[in-house]
Amino acid sequence: MSNESTDQGRRGFLGTATATAVGLAAIPGLSLVALARSPDLAVDNRSRWGLLIDTSKCLTECTACTTACASENGLVSHGRPATDAQWLRKVQLKDKATGRTLSLPVGCQHCEKPPCVDVCPTGASFRRADGIVLVDKHICIGCRYCMMACPYKARSFVHEETHNQKANAPRGKGTVEACTLCVPRLDAGRLPACVEACQQEGHQAMIFGDLQDPNSAIAKRLAAVPTHQLREALNLNTGVRYQGV
Amino acid sequence: MLNIRLWVARLVMMGALLGASGLTIAAEAPCKSAVDRGNAASAGDCQAAKEKRFEGRGGKCVEDEHFMRRNHMNLILHQRDETMHKGIRTSKYSLKGCLECHTATRADGSYIPINDPGQFCESCHHFASVKIDCFECHATTPAVSPASKP
Repeated sequence: MSNESTDQGRRGFLGTATATAVGLAAIPGLSLVALARSPDLAVDNRSRWGLLIDTSKCLTECTACTTACASENGLVSHGRPATDAQWLRKVQLKDKATGRTLSLPVGCQHCEKPPCVDVCPTGASFRRADGIVLVDKHICIGCRYCMMACPYKARSFVHEETHNQKANAPRGKGTVEACTLCVPRLDAGRLPACVEACQQEGHQAMIFGDLQDPNSAIAKRLAAVPTHQLREALNLNTGVRYQGV
Repeated sequence: MLNIRLWVARLVMMGALLGASGLTIAAEAPCKSAVDRGNAASAGDCQAAKEKRFEGRGGKCVEDEHFMRRNHMNLILHQRDETMHKGIRTSKYSLKGCLECHTATRADGSYIPINDPGQFCESCHHFASVKIDCFECHATTPAVSPASKP
């Protein structure tokens, strides 16, 4: 394909995307992520996906997000919690001085400067142009350096042979894995499973969107209220942010 | 003198080998391709095995059959990198696409894993003695149930 026709293809896509965005903006509750990128276009750095978790709306007893994550990605328990794969987990925090308790989902924070990518000896750990940190299991050798390097304990190692995997979530013994922000769904213009589950529960504790788009719901919220990254001092510029921690 | 004897012996051996291979070809005549032979326990079973193996639905593969036999691995290798790193999810050379056409169904309508003995991928790979790595991670049946397909 010539450069000219590629450019025209992109322009056409952008035109459609903008038109769709204008249309969708009128529908409340629908995120701008509902824009499906054309499947033959490569992702680029014009968007950076991010997730904001409002801890004041996240209930201690609710596990809708982690359950949805496990069923979407075919994560099965082998009855060994210490080694079972877990892409998203609920963490309970307690301020010892005041007794205030918090519950929040923690998974891959999709750092701008991911330590897991720095240490990977094969290039399997990588950051996609749109900010999603992923493991290319085709070239992962299972050394688990990335698991050591991750400050958020976000990655899991698959110890057992896998069966009945989900078509959208290939996973196999001897490789490391973590939250992918449901990248196949995202590429199809759908929200990650955890965000969708949280919305369906009516909690609205998770806001997903493009951090670089000033009109996105997440960017507006980040501009309006104080939010934090976990382990902010590490300067990793995480894609996952927390409100009220 | 010794050299001449050695060459004569070599010629005789080559002749014998050629003769033997000619016989082999004649005996396996009903199995025209390596794939067909891979399915058959013996040459006589070849036609039966060919009929048993599920060739695919939808009529035509994404490329010519002979090209696919030799090059399918390169196509899906390229596609895997494009999908993983660039998010390009075109269906033409995707592994999911392979499964959707080439996965056979049981009498009750459920899918048979494509890497089960005698199935599309496994039968040929078994013959060629090449391990299939794909299905250590990837699903072996399509995500969509057969009932909902046309």
